[in-house]
Amino acid sequence: MRDSVVSALIERAGQDPTVVLLTGDLGYGVFEEFAEEYPLQFFNVGIGEQNMIGVAAGLALSGKKVIVYSIGNFPTLRCLEQIRNDVCYHDLNVIIISQGGGFNYGGLGMTHHATEDLSIMRAVPGIKVVAPSSKASAEVALIQLLDAGGAGYLRIEKTAIKQWPDKVYSLGKANTIGEGDDIAIFAIGGVVTEAIEAREMLIREHGVSCRVIDVYTLKPIDQEEIARSAGEVRGIITVEENNLLGGLYGAVAELLCEKNISIPVVGVGLRDSYSSVVGSQKYLRSYYGLDSTNICNAALKLLERY
Amino acid sequence: MSSIELAKRVRINCLRMVHAGGSSHIGSALSCVDILAVLYGKIMSYKAENPDWEDRDRFILSKGHAGVAVYAVLAEVGFFSKSELINHYRDGSIFSGHVSHKGIPGVEFSTGSLGHGLPVSVGMALASKLDRRSNKVFVLLGDGELMEGANWEAALLSAHHKLDNLVLIIDRNNLQSIDTTENTVALESIRNKFEAFNWAVMEADGHCHDSLAKIFTTCSTGRPLVVIAHTIKGKGVSFMENNVAWHYKSPNDEQLKQALKELDR
Repeated sequence: MRDSVVSALIERAGQDPTVVLLTGDLGYGVFEEFAEEYPLQFFNVGIGEQNMIGVAAGLALSGKKVIVYSIGNFPTLRCLEQIRNDVCYHDLNVIIISQGGGFNYGGLGMTHHATEDLSIMRAVPGIKVVAPSSKASAEVALIQLLDAGGAGYLRIEKTAIKQWPDKVYSLGKANTIGEGDDIAIFAIGGVVTEAIEAREMLIREHGVSCRVIDVYTLKPIDQEEIARSAGEVRGIITVEENNLLGGLYGAVAELLCEKNISIPVVGVGLRDSYSSVVGSQKYLRSYYGLDSTNICNAALKLLERY
Repeated sequence: MSSIELAKRVRINCLRMVHAGGSSHIGSALSCVDILAVLYGKIMSYKAENPDWEDRDRFILSKGHAGVAVYAVLAEVGFFSKSELINHYRDGSIFSGHVSHKGIPGVEFSTGSLGHGLPVSVGMALASKLDRRSNKVFVLLGDGELMEGANWEAALLSAHHKLDNLVLIIDRNNLQSIDTTENTVALESIRNKFEAFNWAVMEADGHCHDSLAKIFTTCSTGRPLVVIAHTIKGKGVSFMENNVAWHYKSPNDEQLKQALKELDR
């Protein structure tokens, strides 16, 4: 995903000289082309994320459209108050990109597992939260966030689903992948791949009809699609590489309550825990029950129960 | 209006506001009134009738708890009507205890949590350099606020980028919320610290308008400038001066009367 985001960024920086990219000393081998082409629009501000977000706010207050780049929890949790007070309260054009959502940096340990960022960023007023699932959607996500203006959080990762050519991604809109009336699996980010595999298992091995909804934008969430699917299936599974508290599961459950829609919802995600176990993203997904087999089992259990 | 007269009016407004609103931090506000009066009365370029004028100098109050002083000075120099000030801290008011920009012309940036103003000012100064604007960015920090780590991240970056359009003013009144800075977490030598960070360092009597004005017009080519302004917390009201209790207390009717009498001398 990262390369496609950077390509989009280079193109946009060429068209718009007010675009400025800040990195917190991360992105070795990633930003060389950008820095060479647009040296006045690129700053490695060093290791200091609180300062980085403050500087981004100052630049944005002076008319710049600022992209901030770092990895894992550094550009979100480390500088959360700067995002809240400096960027969001001031309605500034600052897009924060975090590479390495979920267990993408699984082997590096707990500090590098970004597993609460979706919930926490979602709780900050005035910021859009986007977690694309594919290279192409990551690329358009950045452009869409820039065009929309204001604050945005873009969570990207190395794993990505293959591009679905017939899918057009737009901010605030979810994409349904495949038809199916038993189960709707709402998933966000790279883990959508697991949801798609689970769907195939459900159809092939269990005769369960299932649709997958690539949520793409956690905030503002696609209320219409959630309500529509909820009216057409027997149960909902949400899938996120994130704490279940306050993330996609929370967002879907809140919406269903608000709209007074009664349907069973099972959340697949982290159960309010950290991982002291390391491993590849694939391994950790499986270890914590976020893989296709577990999603498939969650769906079967839900259908059995209701 | 002279900056001395401006400072006097701002002090009176601040006292009336905290009295009417029952709010805290009058000591912190009075400490920096002279700095604000010199900046808005003598130094900075701005257009009160066009607060968004691109080439204006910027002022950011990082010690947001002294917000009443900013509201008062902005009203006095014509950004909005003085009659609005008295709403400060009241139910439904936009004039919050810590400075907020929403709906208030002239306030560049909202603060309240310490350690935010300098990084933002660095971003503004950097933008001015990129756009080849000759304006300056002034940012005022409390001395205790230097304990916030983000300031030192910003201090490194601004020296690295040689931001000589950035002026950091430290309101060095020696008192923080419970005790002196030196009894809490010693800051001295502030001068040596900033010199080590490759900043130009100057010191002034933070209540002497002439010295402040002279220093603020100093050109520190190639380096950001820090001005250590030696001040008295609660300056101008005898019973508030150097008394940490006025970080919290709000003057009652009698105390307001006494304070206004002293300022009128």
